[in-house]
Amino acid sequence: MKSTFPLFPDSASSLSSHVDALYIIWALVSVFFTILIAGLIVFFMARYHRSDPEQVGVEERAAVWLEILWSAVPLVVMLAMFAWGTRVFFQLYRPPADAVEYTAIGKQWMWKVQHPEGQSEINALHVPVGQSIKVKLASEDVIHSFYIPAFRIKQDAVPGRYTSLWFKATKPGVYHLFCAEYCGTEHSRMIGSVYVMEPRDYETWIAGGVGGKSMVASGADLFTSLACVTCHRPSPGVTQRGPNLEGVYNSQVKLADGRTVIADDNYVREAILNPFAKVVAGYDPVMPTFQGQVTEEQLTQLIAYVRSLGSTGSAPAGGTGGTPAAGTAPSTAANTPQTPGPAAPQK
Amino acid sequence: MDTTAVARAPLDTPETADERPNYLNAEYGWKSWLFTLDHKRIALLYLISVTFFFALGGTFAAIIRLELLTPEGDLLGPDTYNRVFTMHGIIMVFFFLIPAIPAVLGNFLVPIMIGAKDLAMPRLNLASWYVYNLGGLFTLWAIVNGGVDTGWTFYTPFSTTYSNTYVVPTAIGIFITGFSSILTGLNFIVTIHRMRAPGMTWFRMPLFLWSTYATSLINVLGTPVIAITVLLVAAERIFHFGFFNPAVGGDPVLFQHLFWFYSHPAVYIMVLPAMGVVSELVAAGCRKPVFGYSFVAFSSLAIAVFGFVVWAHHLFVAGISPYSAMVFSFLSFAVAIPSAVKTFNWTATMYKGAIWWKSPMFYVFGFMGLFLVGGLTGLFLASLGLDVHLHDTYFVVAHFHYIMVGGAIMGFFAGLHYYWPKITGRMYNDTLGKLSAVLVFVGFNLTFFPQFILGYLGMPRRYHAYPPEFQVFNVLSSAGASVLAIGYLLPVLYFTYSIFKGQAAGNNPWGATGLEWTTQSPPLPENFPDQPVVTEEAYDYSKREIKVA
Repeated sequence: MKSTFPLFPDSASSLSSHVDALYIIWALVSVFFTILIAGLIVFFMARYHRSDPEQVGVEERAAVWLEILWSAVPLVVMLAMFAWGTRVFFQLYRPPADAVEYTAIGKQWMWKVQHPEGQSEINALHVPVGQSIKVKLASEDVIHSFYIPAFRIKQDAVPGRYTSLWFKATKPGVYHLFCAEYCGTEHSRMIGSVYVMEPRDYETWIAGGVGGKSMVASGADLFTSLACVTCHRPSPGVTQRGPNLEGVYNSQVKLADGRTVIADDNYVREAILNPFAKVVAGYDPVMPTFQGQVTEEQLTQLIAYVRSLGSTGSAPAGGTGGTPAAGTAPSTAANTPQTPGPAAPQK
Repeated sequence: MDTTAVARAPLDTPETADERPNYLNAEYGWKSWLFTLDHKRIALLYLISVTFFFALGGTFAAIIRLELLTPEGDLLGPDTYNRVFTMHGIIMVFFFLIPAIPAVLGNFLVPIMIGAKDLAMPRLNLASWYVYNLGGLFTLWAIVNGGVDTGWTFYTPFSTTYSNTYVVPTAIGIFITGFSSILTGLNFIVTIHRMRAPGMTWFRMPLFLWSTYATSLINVLGTPVIAITVLLVAAERIFHFGFFNPAVGGDPVLFQHLFWFYSHPAVYIMVLPAMGVVSELVAAGCRKPVFGYSFVAFSSLAIAVFGFVVWAHHLFVAGISPYSAMVFSFLSFAVAIPSAVKTFNWTATMYKGAIWWKSPMFYVFGFMGLFLVGGLTGLFLASLGLDVHLHDTYFVVAHFHYIMVGGAIMGFFAGLHYYWPKITGRMYNDTLGKLSAVLVFVGFNLTFFPQFILGYLGMPRRYHAYPPEFQVFNVLSSAGASVLAIGYLLPVLYFTYSIFKGQAAGNNPWGATGLEWTTQSPPLPENFPDQPVVTEEAYDYSKREIKVA
């Protein structure tokens, strides 16, 4: 039963109550200062009302201690709020290590969601309750923003790069999925629903879909059909035109110009679309660009495949690229490709 | 020797006000207006221009509120709605809020308050009015041809690659108008530095001048950045450069940095002059010096400086590094301190004041209440953990309307009501003035307070249609907007009436200090019959007998 004048949206994620607490406390502080100052104004208005047109106010001497007091008190309150707000922000920002990665691609005017198992859906997102889920965001055209008010999370999907957010749903139900960044004509119809399901229901849902191949399998197919495999051969020892990609994901890569970068999602993406930007040391810049030949979905599949070839080192949690190496798909376990170590031979 | 007393005494014959030579009757004919170099006439030209744009922007606002009465997008098509809110934003920000107080009240008051005959560069002053209108014409041309749909923020790559509307003419309009802000700012800075009357030291200046000075600094330093930014957008649209287009290696978020580097300080361009007006009025309305004069003066400069280093708080969820987000969050909290200092000092000034219940003061009390709410809710958005949820929702819309409408426009109206008798030599109906202030205050809160709740419930901005559970607060908001509209229309009526039928105002109808109240109403073309000499601090009510005339 919903109230006619609701004050809070549904609270359905592990962190939504943290955000609400911040909001309520800050609202109380605001009410306190508003009543204090507005009350003083009204009181002074009445108490010192000018009764005689010739009347003059009583001049007060400046008081430095008073100025310091009313600068310092708000400063202390604000420092506390700053610290608390930053703490909640980092909780919202850093996904836990066991988060499962989904992909959502914004385009005018829809959200295209891909599950790790390969299921895809439009303007809908089915998730199991209790599972941490990281959503990797990309955009095919303009900036969109992936916003689920019930989870108190939002992140822009920016064309040309990956961003991400995460959540852990705690309450089954259907919630709004909005686009929060103005994106043109049908901006207000770029909305969908998030279906939070009991794990058992989610399993049934995912099994009943026409998902087909997993992200990694689709990526492996592309790796062959786009002829990536001719240069990036998995077998070491042979003279290669391109680096072997086994164990590259999330590792430090030395570049031809001496710099070092982390081979995260954004780097792999750039290497596919703009290969000359950051050439790996020891290789010639001979790779053709795949700009315009692969879609955003295919890019995410290729990246999923590269990641499945294993990563070295422990992935830093958080950031746009950091991805846990040992994710386990929610209960279905249909697909756990992220096994570290040598890649399984394909086909 | 008290100059104020000297100047006041022989001229106090209100009955003959119309016959006395003043800047309004010195010359007649349209040429005497369109080619005038008198800062007071230029101020009136600006008043006419900004009133026109305010009415136009207000009409767009009314259409928005009508559309949002129902959840379905039934009144307008989505493209039309997007153009309407874009034009509302562009007109209100660039053609009303930014010029309103500096170009109207600033132009009129800066030379008079420092005891000068005119601004340092009168021709440049007239030129800036023409430049402003030229920019306005470009923008109006774009509207008449179908408008623009990018939002006033012009986010790339939507504005550069995807929008099929008149982005380039609008950008050029904003580019041109920017020069009028720069020229006016430059003129004020030079005038305040070079043309103060003998004895008018920096710390005897009325606080309105301090805030006008701080505003002018932002205008001169910040406006070139927005000019370059909109030029880059236009260049990218026309020549397909790749500054912001990721498909050719550009960075769409770079645009946001450039845009907000100006557009956040622009908020202070809007609200600092209003704070200056409020400082003047609190002193005159309490008949005592502003408490902590130097703290209020320096807080204006602090706001101008800090205002330049908080821009990225508009980008917390745009994919910037969480550590830079942390720094910008901290700085955004910090910029609130000088605003808090001002508010506390104004409140303290009222203590043991002789508080005057007239319409300008009603607007000031309204300003203080609304600015307080606007400032405190800004801190919700500075707080990182809350901003993730609140960003780009109606909470943001409500917050900045509390600052821009509740702050800047309330301040503008307070100033107009206070200086109207000086500008026109006529009094308006004070009861209607108070009624208008109350209607604006009540209507404003009814319009925008529900939007805070809508925002926390998750309603995104710039939605043409919305889920039905948000309707109740939207209906409240639209109802409030109609009260607000009446509050704004009322002054048009009684001000116009006062020009023809209003009682003649004396030189100093409020019994206030300040050079502007020592000269006649309306002032002479050269402002003062003789060069004034200043011998006392600002707002010194202690030594004199008040004579209300």
